Parts: sequence; structure tokens; C-alpha cells
Amino acid sequence: MRIGLFVPCYIDAFHPEVGIATLQLLERFGLDVEYPRNQTCCGQPMTNTGCHAESAATEALFVRNFTGYDYVVAPSGSCVHHVRCDMDAVEQTDDVRQVRARTYELVEFLHDILKVDAFPWAEFPHRVSLHNNCNALRGLNHASMSELREPAFSKPADLLARVRGLEFVHIQRPDECCGFGGTFSVFEKGVSEKMGYDKVRDHSSAGAAYVVSADSSCMMHQQGCAQRLDMPLKFIHIAQILNGARA
Amino acid sequence: MSGAQGSDLNRNPPRPGRLDHAEGASVPLHSRVREAQPRGAVINGDQPINQAEAAERFMAAPEHERMHDARLWDLRQKRDRQMHGITEWEDLRRLASEIKEHALTHLDHYLEQFETNARANGIHVHWAQDADEHNAIILSLLRDHGVKRLIKSKSMLTEECGFRDFMAESGVEVVETDLGERIQQLDDEAPSHVVVPAVHKLRSDVADVFARTLGTDPNDDDVHYLTEQQREKTRPLILDAQAGLTGANFVVAETGTFVVCTNEGNADLSANTPPLQIASIGIEKVIPRLEDLPVFVRLLSRSALGSPITQYTSHFRGPRRGGELHVVLVDNGRSERLGMEQFWTSLKCIRCGACMNTCPVFRRSGGLSYGATYAGPIGLIIDPTFNRHRYSSLPFSSTLNGSCTNVCPVKINIHEQIAGWRRVLAETHELPLMKKAMMREAGHLLSHPALYRAAIATADSALKHLPRFMVYNRLNTWGHGREVPAPPRETFHQWYAANRASGQGEPS
Repeated sequence: MRIGLFVPCYIDAFHPEVGIATLQLLERFGLDVEYPRNQTCCGQPMTNTGCHAESAATEALFVRNFTGYDYVVAPSGSCVHHVRCDMDAVEQTDDVRQVRARTYELVEFLHDILKVDAFPWAEFPHRVSLHNNCNALRGLNHASMSELREPAFSKPADLLARVRGLEFVHIQRPDECCGFGGTFSVFEKGVSEKMGYDKVRDHSSAGAAYVVSADSSCMMHQQGCAQRLDMPLKFIHIAQILNGARA
Repeated sequence: MSGAQGSDLNRNPPRPGRLDHAEGASVPLHSRVREAQPRGAVINGDQPINQAEAAERFMAAPEHERMHDARLWDLRQKRDRQMHGITEWEDLRRLASEIKEHALTHLDHYLEQFETNARANGIHVHWAQDADEHNAIILSLLRDHGVKRLIKSKSMLTEECGFRDFMAESGVEVVETDLGERIQQLDDEAPSHVVVPAVHKLRSDVADVFARTLGTDPNDDDVHYLTEQQREKTRPLILDAQAGLTGANFVVAETGTFVVCTNEGNADLSANTPPLQIASIGIEKVIPRLEDLPVFVRLLSRSALGSPITQYTSHFRGPRRGGELHVVLVDNGRSERLGMEQFWTSLKCIRCGACMNTCPVFRRSGGLSYGATYAGPIGLIIDPTFNRHRYSSLPFSSTLNGSCTNVCPVKINIHEQIAGWRRVLAETHELPLMKKAMMREAGHLLSHPALYRAAIATADSALKHLPRFMVYNRLNTWGHGREVPAPPRETFHQWYAANRASGQGEPS
């Protein structure tokens, strides 16, 4: 099984350890993982602002980089949601359609495709609060949604439940957006910051030592907010915990 | 409370001793300090509304922001409890959506059917193409009947038509009968929410308004005192009014009747006290059959306030004995909206306000920050149809988190339409030039790997260029209230080259 590893731009630049953990984790399962070196971004920053024409070339580049793999895997629900559900600035050729359909977020790839039932190397003896990115939650169905009347489930919680020592804490508003929202975080910074402060206070009051998420973008925002409030809250990507990070 | 007896309810039970229905809060909410009420968006002709600026002022009044957020979040939680009490909730939403889509795609048929049947019931039916026609029709009816005072129950359509301002110059006094709407009228301020129009006000704000306009004690903000004073002052005005105006929640084509849902019975006051009754109704309110109605009645108040049903669900079938009943069916842009392929389903909206209650941006900004008749998520997708330039910035006042879509009882894909509007606005040159230029630059950089790699080669340049949407200008918007992430020693790209340099995936 040939896997194309997609490392979103902000993970590449600010959180390389998340890309490394994703690569190593996939390699633990004996997969043939490649990182196409010409990759940049999925185009979401532009389309998020309505600028689809400005996104078309970036989307085309993404497809050129990832054509031919059995699966494309990325440690970001938000970017994967863009590729699978919104990437329509580029002309929809067969290659584009195939790449879009084969692109998976790491949690759903482990849960639904590989159906991993054990991470024997993983141990995380801490109290953690799980943050679901809104695109991962409501766009990729990572978990049941509090607004809908549907049976409860959570793919990231299923995976984390197989990690020794990990203890979940539960916050007051689990599905509330943290206020990142892509370009929203700068164009409407006041509301974005307030939502972030409320979110990290919720994690903190629940007794979390760590916030874990499948999305680094939300955590970069929340971490910035927590640091500004002088909170000792720590943030870690789910790929790192599943790959055996202890802290 | 019958709908709240489901077994799933136990996972989130209401607090004992609190009323968990109607408009009551399920947790006691008390403001701690007196604080001046922040006002809404600055309106400057057709200039784009600066929602972010108004939101900043709302949050600069922390007591208002905190109470507003808590109150609306409480409504959202009550809604969730009601939902868990109804096994077929998702089926109801699907059914409601399908009935609305059917009615909207056969709108001419059902409107004509309603008109025929309503006339047979003795109702006068008028058609208004826009706000001006609506206002003119009502004023001429009032003049014909020598009306000096009109009592009016809450109606977003009349807000949309600028009816209050229009009537100010007419010589006819207008008195609102909904308490929240009356507070807003006395304060000369628009409603901030489609269901709870004064929810952005603290009771100390109401005490100020009543002291100024009704002569109450400015230091007494006891809710019972304030409510009773208002009632004593307003009841006499209601009792000798000559005409009453209501909106409508639903119009039933097969019976030629319409339905108004309220919790205060105020629509019934407006309708049943004076001899002349008028109803202003948007053409999208029509549903085919009476048996379709219960689907919506079951969803409306559960979605809006987390109560099983409104206290009053009044069916108006014809004029009172000796009275007259007029219905004004208003288009005001709805036909045009119906023709918009991406946005026509916004007409399914039943104005429950659930999308506002759940919206994290709305809760922290207040409804008046949007500077438009319709605030919150539904407003973001309706307002640009009224004035594309003035409301061009509103679709950006969202994180696109999608909670609005999930709570919508008629399954409008609200957050997808918000994203759709962003695209339309960009394509029709309604984006600020700086925003557009920045996106063009980002698109260029991100589609040229070599340029991109050079741009983020050093930590400093990475922070400057990447991701462009975070630190896009020299003012460092990101770092205003958040710490900037510390750039690591090497990018993943560099790590990979050093640790997995097997040649696979090399640039061609």
C-alpha cells in the first residue's frame, strides 16, 4: 500500500514533530510512506476567504503531487476536509476526483481503513481533554455531534482509549468552536481571541493537563491563548500520543 | 413538558426547582455589576458594516457579553434536551425540510390557493412587491379606518420593511405588544434576535429605559416590578387601539388560514382587541396542508427556546364578527432569492433563532453588531440579498464551524451558504482590496514550490510568510491577544531530507 504523506504548511513550518510522528506511526504498520517534496498547501486559506480563482493553481499542484497513491494521509482534519469536500477551484479531472476521494485524515485512516486495535508502544499517563476540529467533527464525522440526535461515537476517543494510562476529562461545551476559523482568526481577531480564551478556560476547569487534537491549527490558536492567560495547559497532537510520546 | 420525558434526557437533566419551559432560564442568571449597554454597528450609508468593530465594543462590556453568552447557551442546552426527548427528531427535520422545499418550488400554486381560500373565509388579501408597497398598503388601510393607534406584535418582516420608521412620520402611533419588542421600541433600538429581541440587554438596561420613558424608579431593576410597571402603562394603550398588526409563522394554503405562535399571547392582543386586524406575511411562509403544520409546531419552539410548544398557537380563520381582517403578502426580494441556485433554500427558514443561539460568534458579539435586520448565521446568508455591498463583510463573521446547520430545524445548509457567499462576494469584487491582494499573493507563493521554500527558509521569514493568513501584515494581528508560535529549528521538509533522503518523492 503506497501512502502519500501530506504535511500541511503550518505543520511543516511550526510543528514538524507532528509530521514526524505521523510518518513514524504509519511506518510502524509496515506501510510504504512517501512525502512528495513539491507539496505546499491544499488551497484552503484562499477558498476560506472566498478566493477560489486564487486557489486553483495551488489545488492543481496538490493533485500533481499526490496522483497515483493508494491513499493520501494528513494529520489535519481541516485540510483533509478541504481536499475531500471543497476542492473545486481546480478543474475536476479523473486525477483530481481520485486524489480527493483517496485523501484521509490520520484518525479516520487508522480507525476506518487500517482498523488499528492496539498501540502497544503508546503510553500517556496524563489527564487529557479531546478537542475536535469543527471540520473534522461536522465535515468528516470524526465523532457524534451534540446538535444531532444520533448514537454517541468518537473515532479519536476510540483510538486514545487504547493508550495506556491516558485519562479523559470532559469539558462543558465539547463541540463549541475554539475560534480559530482560518482567516477568521485575523480578520475578526477580537471574537476569535475571546472564543479561544473561553475554550482554554473550559479545558483548564475540567482538570486537563493536556489538550489533544487531530488538528494543529486549532491548537496553535488555543496554545497562543493559553500562554497569553499564563495557563500551564499543554497541547499535543494525537499522532504524537499514538506514536508513543510520553509527554 | 410531555416532550421532555424521554429516557435520554437523564444525561443532561434540568436543574430541579427551575421552570424548564417557555422563555425561562434553566439556571438563575444574575449580572454582577451595572454596566452601560454597548450599542450596535455603526451604519454609514451603504458602506460595508464593520461587524468586528461592533463586536469588540460588545465584548468590552464583559457583563453584557457574559450574560448574553450564558443566556443563549442555556437556550441551546434546553433545545438539546427537547431533542433527546423526541425519538423521531431527525425525521421531523427531514420532513420539515421536504415540505418547505416542496412548497417553495410550487410557491405560485400554493399562494394562489391560499388567496382563493382566504377570500372565501372573508379575509382581504393584498400583495406587496416590496417594503414600500407593504408600508403604503398598511398606511392606507389605517387611514381608511381612521386609525390613531396601531398595536403590533413582533414581526421581523415589518422590521425588514422599515415599518417603525415609516410610521413615525404618519401620525399614527404604533405600540408593540411583545414585551421584548416594546423594550426595544422604547429604547429606539432594533431587535437583536428574531425570538428574544432584547436578549442583549441586562435588566439594569431595561430599568434605565423604563425610567427614561415610563417614569419608573431607575434604581429598581426587579423584574417583577419592571414587568408590572410596563404592563400598567401599556395596557390602556392596547385596550383602546383601533387596529392590530401581527406577522404569521405559517400560512396554510388548503384552509386559507394563518397561524401565529407566541409565548405572551401578544399576537392575540393585537388581533382580538381592535376591530381592524392586519397580518404582514412573507410569501415563503406558506405550507400546503393543515396536516403539515404539526411538523413545524413540534420543531419551532423546541428549536427556539427549548420548550415543547409556544404558550399560544393561534389559528386565524377569518375576521371577527363585525371586524375586518386583511393579509398583506410580501415579496420584498424573496422571488429573486428563490432564483438563486446556491441560496434559495434559505427561504425555508422558520425564524426560530436556533442558529443564533448556537453561534459562538453571535453569542459573543450581540445581534446588533451585524447592523442588519437578520443577525447571526441566517442573517449572513439573507442580508447580502438585500444589499450586497452594505452586507458584504457579514459572511466573514463566521468560523464556518457548522453548528448552525446542525441545529436548523429545516436543515438549511447555513455554513455552506456562508462559504458560498464569500465566493460570490470575491467574484463580484466585494472583497476589500487588501484582502484580495493578500490572497492573490498567497495563491502565487503556494503554487510555486521553489518560491515557497525560499520564502520560509529561515525562521524569521517563515513567520512573515507562513501561513500568510495568520501573520499577513506587519501589524501582527495574530499576536494581539495570543502568543505567536515559536518557529522550530527545522521544518518537516528539512527533517525529511536529512532523515529519509532515499530519493523517493524528489522534485522532478
